[in-house]
Amino acid sequence: MSELAFWSVAFVTVASAGMVVFSGQLIYSAIALLFTLLGVAGLYIFLWADFMAGVQVMVYIGGILVLIIFGIMLTHKIVSVKISQSNVQRKLGAVVVGIFLIFLTSSIGDAPWFQMVTTEPSETVRTVGRLLMTKYLLPFEVASILLLGSLIGAAMLSRKEE
Amino acid sequence: MDNIYINSSIVILFLPLLAFIIQIFIGKRLPRQGDWVSISAILITLFLAAYMFISMLSQYDPNFKHESSFMWMDLGDFKIQLGFLVDNITIIMLLVVALISSCTHIFSLKYLEGDIRYSRYYAYLGLFTFSMNGIVLANNLVSMYIFWELVGVSSYLLIGHWFEKDSAANAAKKAFLTNRVGDIGFFIGIMTIFTAVGSFAFTDIFEGVAIGSIEGATLTFAGICLFAGAMGKSSQFPLHIWLPDAMEGPTPVSALMHAATMVAAGVYLSVRIFPLMTPDALLFVAYIGGFTALFAAAIALTQNDIKKVLAYSTVSQLGYMILAVGTGVYTAAFFHLLTHAMFKANLFFGSGSVIHSMHHALHKKHDHKTDPQDMRNMGGFKEKMPITFWSMTISTLAIAGVPFFSGFLSKDAILGGTLSFAQQHPQHFLLPMFGFGAAAMTAFYMFRMIFMTFYGKPQMPELYKDIHESPREMTGPLVLLGSLSIFIFYTLPYFNPFSTHGWFTDLVVAKDSFVPGNISAHEIAEHAHHAHMPALVLSLSVAGLGILVAGLMYLKKSLSADAWANNSGPLYKLSLNKFYFDENYDRFLYQPLMKLADKVAYFDWELYDKYFINGFGRITSWLSDISGKFDFDGIDQGLVDGVGRSAKQVGHSLRNIQTGRIQNYILYVLAGAILMIIIQAV
Amino acid sequence: MDQLVNYLYISAILFSLGLFGVITRRNGIAVLMGVELILNAANINFVAFSRFGGMNLSGHVFSLFVIVLAAAEAAVALAIIITIYNSMQTVNVDDASSMKQ
Repeated sequence: MSELAFWSVAFVTVASAGMVVFSGQLIYSAIALLFTLLGVAGLYIFLWADFMAGVQVMVYIGGILVLIIFGIMLTHKIVSVKISQSNVQRKLGAVVVGIFLIFLTSSIGDAPWFQMVTTEPSETVRTVGRLLMTKYLLPFEVASILLLGSLIGAAMLSRKEE
Repeated sequence: MDNIYINSSIVILFLPLLAFIIQIFIGKRLPRQGDWVSISAILITLFLAAYMFISMLSQYDPNFKHESSFMWMDLGDFKIQLGFLVDNITIIMLLVVALISSCTHIFSLKYLEGDIRYSRYYAYLGLFTFSMNGIVLANNLVSMYIFWELVGVSSYLLIGHWFEKDSAANAAKKAFLTNRVGDIGFFIGIMTIFTAVGSFAFTDIFEGVAIGSIEGATLTFAGICLFAGAMGKSSQFPLHIWLPDAMEGPTPVSALMHAATMVAAGVYLSVRIFPLMTPDALLFVAYIGGFTALFAAAIALTQNDIKKVLAYSTVSQLGYMILAVGTGVYTAAFFHLLTHAMFKANLFFGSGSVIHSMHHALHKKHDHKTDPQDMRNMGGFKEKMPITFWSMTISTLAIAGVPFFSGFLSKDAILGGTLSFAQQHPQHFLLPMFGFGAAAMTAFYMFRMIFMTFYGKPQMPELYKDIHESPREMTGPLVLLGSLSIFIFYTLPYFNPFSTHGWFTDLVVAKDSFVPGNISAHEIAEHAHHAHMPALVLSLSVAGLGILVAGLMYLKKSLSADAWANNSGPLYKLSLNKFYFDENYDRFLYQPLMKLADKVAYFDWELYDKYFINGFGRITSWLSDISGKFDFDGIDQGLVDGVGRSAKQVGHSLRNIQTGRIQNYILYVLAGAILMIIIQAV
Repeated sequence: MDQLVNYLYISAILFSLGLFGVITRRNGIAVLMGVELILNAANINFVAFSRFGGMNLSGHVFSLFVIVLAAAEAAVALAIIITIYNSMQTVNVDDASSMKQ
């Protein structure tokens, strides 16, 4: 049962990712991205990362995706729902990326992976919080400054020219 | 430097400098534009100088001398020591400078009232006093030279005080440049002596002269060169041309610098260096001085500008002093310097007072065309300006050499010395003739000035009613200096008006020359003593003659000045036009020099530049053409450009990859990464 | 579901698709979506290695930082895109090439 669930989630993720890349209309790509992100969140659950799944849904879908859709709406006429978009250098790109994918998959398949056997923890939030406040305190603070900087930068860039 | 005399001299020296610094920087912002700063500084100086003078009198020692020096420069063998020398001559000179300078400061209060550069004027006066005291106190030629130049600068600044007038600016320039001519000589003289003796200090130099480290023609040369400096400062022929023009400066400045002190610096230098002058050099000095005395007096006869008369009179009197130095009676020269400083400063202040009231009267009538300095516009001022009249008359009597006045004593000493010199050396009979001739003329032109200004009918009656006596600030110095023209101040503690014998002759005693073989001071004095009587009679008679003629011409009008002028033919015109000196300098000195410069420039440009220099250029240009061709065709085109061209070809073909699209680049990066993986894997 | 390689394959596919999108899409926003796919692929790897490496939660923390970075990047990138759109009336990255020589 859970195997089936896993594979269906994996399929949705990959398929919608394909939609994101290949769709001719931008708004469809955005919708497809929603499903990809949801799929990734599902994968996190399978990986016992319940907190990460929540963050994925909140930040990616609630924040970034909404931002992207805003971006689409702001840069195109809202009335024309068919916001077409085209691709460049498709064949060459497909060949190179295809070769790259083959390399990746073959090396993943060849590698002798070592897996430790552990039991599922009851919850991860406490441990992640501890880590953030102790071992990763400095990166955490730096990240907060980065966010502040990007906030100011974005506001600065997109404001109306005087 | 714990000596009281040295210490007070240092204060005397630097106090005016302090006043200068205060005035130049913040003078304008001080109340009353800061004139009180300068005046209190100069009064303290006067007080100190008087104190030194009194203590000198109380010691009454002809050999009184204090010296102090310090190392200024120590460059191995080349050492320069600067220092102070305080002896009787120094103290008398300090007192003269302080006294006249104080009078000038006070006189200027009213004379320059409301001037646009009032504070700066006082600043420059301070600078001048500082420099003049520096000359007086120097015990060596280097510091004397430094202060000598500083005096030149302050003179330049003060003559050009009203530099908006072209004539004032030009006069300042002329004074400075003419002085420079003499100063170059001075400098050459200093260096000549330093090369031979190895020191700048007077004491060392005299010692070197005595032991013969410098002698003969070299010493004569050095002496004449040093004297050239004196010629420039003391305005001696042929460098006299600047002094009359310097009258463009404010009249108190003329009184201070161009009558009493600055021009006396040349005489002071001559007095100081007298012991090293050889007989030949002294003869040169004597002829220069004598000729200047006569010839400047001849010019003064016909001048109509009151200040010009006084200026030429000053030149003439300085000539007297130089003549005295040349004939060996240098103490008489210094004596005349002292008395002359008093009465000539007084005459200038008097003329300033007259000009001031003329100026005000003209100003009231809004008349800006009439020259307030022209004596032909004056006349009859005696009743209106009694104080000015009386003090000027006293000074005039003094300068004319009338007994009971100071000028008689000093002039008599000079003429006696000159006469005795001619008695010893009959071939130089011209020298006393210069002297007596000048004496007669002096009496004439001075009284002419007095008669034209103060006697007779007013020439401009409408102006006359506005003429009035000057304020107290101006008459005060007149009264003081006028009384100092009376003989008594110079002969104390004796009262014989016909003998110079007094504190001065007791304290300033001629010293023997250090030049081996020169006649001793005692002999000179002996000879002069014998010549005293005839000189006295002669000088009295020529002075009387001069006064008589002046009286007949300008007071009684029984002799017509115009008729005399016509009868004398070209002589009158020569005198009136100052012997055409400026014109002749222009014609014979400047123009030929300009022409020579043109010729040199022509040669330089047309021949040297065009053929020689440009020839080089042409050859170089030809050579470089060849090498350029080789460079360009061979190396550049073949080698250097070849590399460049092939690079260009490669770049051109590679350029197609550079699309400017970031996505292309990412693709290439990815392809490159794959390529590396493949290479790694194989 | 309990095999590491499964997650790695999914991640590899997502990464390749994202890369393809970045390389081929003309629209700037679409390029941005490709970037998000690549970042998600990386995150999957982090969390997967964390899960099969003894449940060491450092991997979770790293993917948190990646999400933070992604958010910042998206904000700035969209601001740039909007600015370009305002001044050039296009969001196509190959049109917005006036800075090239």
